[in-house]
Amino acid sequence: MSAAMQNEGYNFAYLDEGTKRMIRRALLKAVAVPGCQIPFGSREMPLPYGWGTGGIQVTASIVGPEDVLKVIDQGADDTTNAVSIRRFFARVAPGLRTTERTVEASIIQTRHRIPETPLREGQVMVYQVPQPEPLYKLEPRRAETKRLHALADYGLMQVKLYEDIARHGRVGSSYDHPVMVGGRYLMAPSPIPSFDNPKMHMSPALQLFGAGRERRLYAVPPYTDVRSLDFEDHPFVPLRANGTCALCGARDTYLDEMVTDDRGGRLFVCSDTDHCGTKQAEAAA
Amino acid sequence: MYVAVKGGEAAIANAHAWLAEERRGDPAVPEIGTDQIGEQLTLAVDRVMAEGSCYDPGLAALAIKQSRGDLIEAIFLLRAYRTTLPRFGASEPLETGAMLVRRRISATYKDLPGGQVLGPTFDYTHRLLDFALAAEGHAPSPAPEADPGEDAACPRVTAMLADEGLMAPEQPSDAEPGDVTRTPLTYPAGRALRLQNLARGDEGFLLSMAYSTQRGYGANHPFVGEIRQGEVTVEIVPPELGFAIEIGDINVTECQMVNQFNGSRTEPPQFTRGYGLVLGRTERRAMSMALVDRALRAEELGEEVVAPAQNEEFVLSHSDNVEATGFLEHLKLPHYVDFQSELEIVRAMRAAATPQAMREAAE
Amino acid sequence: MSGLLPGFTDPVLDAQSAFRAVLEAMSRPGRIQRLQRPPAPPAPLSPASGAVLLTLADSGTPLFLDTGPDAEEWVRFHAGCPLVAEPAEAEFVLASALPPKLAALRAGTDEDPQTSATLILQVESLEEGAGWHLTGPGIEHAHRLRVAGAPQGFVAEWAANAVRFPRGVDVILCAGDTIAALPRSVSIREG
Repeated sequence: MSAAMQNEGYNFAYLDEGTKRMIRRALLKAVAVPGCQIPFGSREMPLPYGWGTGGIQVTASIVGPEDVLKVIDQGADDTTNAVSIRRFFARVAPGLRTTERTVEASIIQTRHRIPETPLREGQVMVYQVPQPEPLYKLEPRRAETKRLHALADYGLMQVKLYEDIARHGRVGSSYDHPVMVGGRYLMAPSPIPSFDNPKMHMSPALQLFGAGRERRLYAVPPYTDVRSLDFEDHPFVPLRANGTCALCGARDTYLDEMVTDDRGGRLFVCSDTDHCGTKQAEAAA
Repeated sequence: MYVAVKGGEAAIANAHAWLAEERRGDPAVPEIGTDQIGEQLTLAVDRVMAEGSCYDPGLAALAIKQSRGDLIEAIFLLRAYRTTLPRFGASEPLETGAMLVRRRISATYKDLPGGQVLGPTFDYTHRLLDFALAAEGHAPSPAPEADPGEDAACPRVTAMLADEGLMAPEQPSDAEPGDVTRTPLTYPAGRALRLQNLARGDEGFLLSMAYSTQRGYGANHPFVGEIRQGEVTVEIVPPELGFAIEIGDINVTECQMVNQFNGSRTEPPQFTRGYGLVLGRTERRAMSMALVDRALRAEELGEEVVAPAQNEEFVLSHSDNVEATGFLEHLKLPHYVDFQSELEIVRAMRAAATPQAMREAAE
Repeated sequence: MSGLLPGFTDPVLDAQSAFRAVLEAMSRPGRIQRLQRPPAPPAPLSPASGAVLLTLADSGTPLFLDTGPDAEEWVRFHAGCPLVAEPAEAEFVLASALPPKLAALRAGTDEDPQTSATLILQVESLEEGAGWHLTGPGIEHAHRLRVAGAPQGFVAEWAANAVRFPRGVDVILCAGDTIAALPRSVSIREG
């Protein structure tokens, strides 16, 4: 029996070894076919579907006691669900260290953001994915979208983007903006703001995606071509609020808008709390 | 100077302490025991076992207590526990023909071998609040018992129809069925996986889908051929023994709906079956399942697929309340990053669309 | 069962450590990973290929291997996977000598490319910085990998494998306690 087992009667990292092997096999296929959704036998987790069960199962299948885990939600380490997931792993993976520092982490589980600090080789990003099918709003039948992916037939999405431009003068998706991976698969980047999309392209880190409820995994290997869908005459433009962080003064980061009173008062602060804190500490030193 | 909000961890701990206090309620009122739930809220326990796909009345009662009576929450608790259990084997097919029947009715025959056995049913009760139950110490007088000697054999109604050649036969198969709890569904899923999915689907969802077929969304002409409820024996064949051994008895409800079928190019006019088999005394679920099963056989029987209840992918991918409630409730999680990007794009589009109006509004 | 060699010392944590090495190898084709705590399987299995099998194979994965009865018994005992007689039936194919042709293994379908086989191929040695030029996902510019003991004609077979993408076979190369991987997405040019 493993030395690390038997925390509260559960295996190391909660999942039983058979489930981990099943997920590990699926992850290797996902890496070998970048951007392709791989079905997996997602299990019921002690957290609800939709609250990160896919990401949690991926993290649980790769994590070891030598890892340093960071969990963020909306870019912040102290949002309630990030706290809850970090506590879960601290509880079921004895020996695992957790951190709030991007530079220290070997695994970063995230919901809705990619850290501002550039990622490096040796790091693994684990994305929580609510809806892995990028075409679902255009074609809800998954038996049909599967066929479209097999044929690399993404005309539906091209038409949708074209209509957005005709109607609004720009591509209308502000988050979860679809990307082409390795020039072959259309992929949902998860609901990250389009501001973060360019960070996926040629990232030195391995990026893994888990959708627990929809029972799909997918991956973007390091140094892989990831293009946000656009048109030559309407190139993809990542958006951020045109403001300055009230805490660290950054003008190049993704900002959260804070409502400060009921008379229209508002200010902006960095969504990435670790990056913002580091900037503040550097300024103070 | 703006100070960032912190303290997620403390907030969660405090919220859960409050939850525990609320769960207990007024300490002056005696605490409810899981034995009381198990004995007196049996139908809640049965629903939790059925949709939790785990036959354990004690754990289901605990889940109901822990969830403060929120049955979907209780089902989730039981599912999350179930998924950690090691698997020792698969049972032999249940022989519901050999059921120790507590209730057995047929709507298609006035009388039949085995008889009509009403059993402990709400049917024909007058739904008047019984204020006597509000008083403590209420002990009902024992119900009269029938002579156990008679009505021993209880053949299935559908078998009787089949003997006459009027019931479309099912295709027997020795193939090992898939397992919806281990493998993601792909479509078409096929009947074995479909029935597994329905057997633990949300009762409200199944009921509404079944009801829609009765109102014409997917033509169905159902008769209750038979509903039977009672205990069946579960057997497994341990590989080291090579023969079946009994591991226990479970309560199940089986419903066989008989549906008129006009025939097709290849099939003569006959009756077709909609089948429901569920854990526990969950009759509404068994009936709903049988109607939905029949509706989902549309393609197989050459009927036009026009209604939601006939659409396999639609029904099976939305039947699970643990999935549905999780995804619905995740909308409570912070989404301010996505919302911010929506704000930016809506503002940008408005500015581009009506620069004059926006300037005026800003002034 | 006398003389049956042990598997992983710590089945949970050693498998985790080995999986990370395999994942890293698959993510960075041509980069060599050294396994930290591999088992000592019976010959002709290498420590690396033994580790890969115990990490990935189980009762749900049919295995074809050419390594003889001692290794078969070891794998069946520690991994519990069904052994099949034909490479085309296997999810994992382990070759210690001349492997079956890549075209003879399961390649998956365009709709389900994950239903393909993985070839675990034992070779003499692996060396970075010389030999094949590898390009593709996981590689910033180009990786070089020298594979001593690669089957004759492998690069041509690989080109045919790559043409079928997203169908195709993935390969894990094992030598001693080291591994390198060739996901179907990678292109190989002779050095």
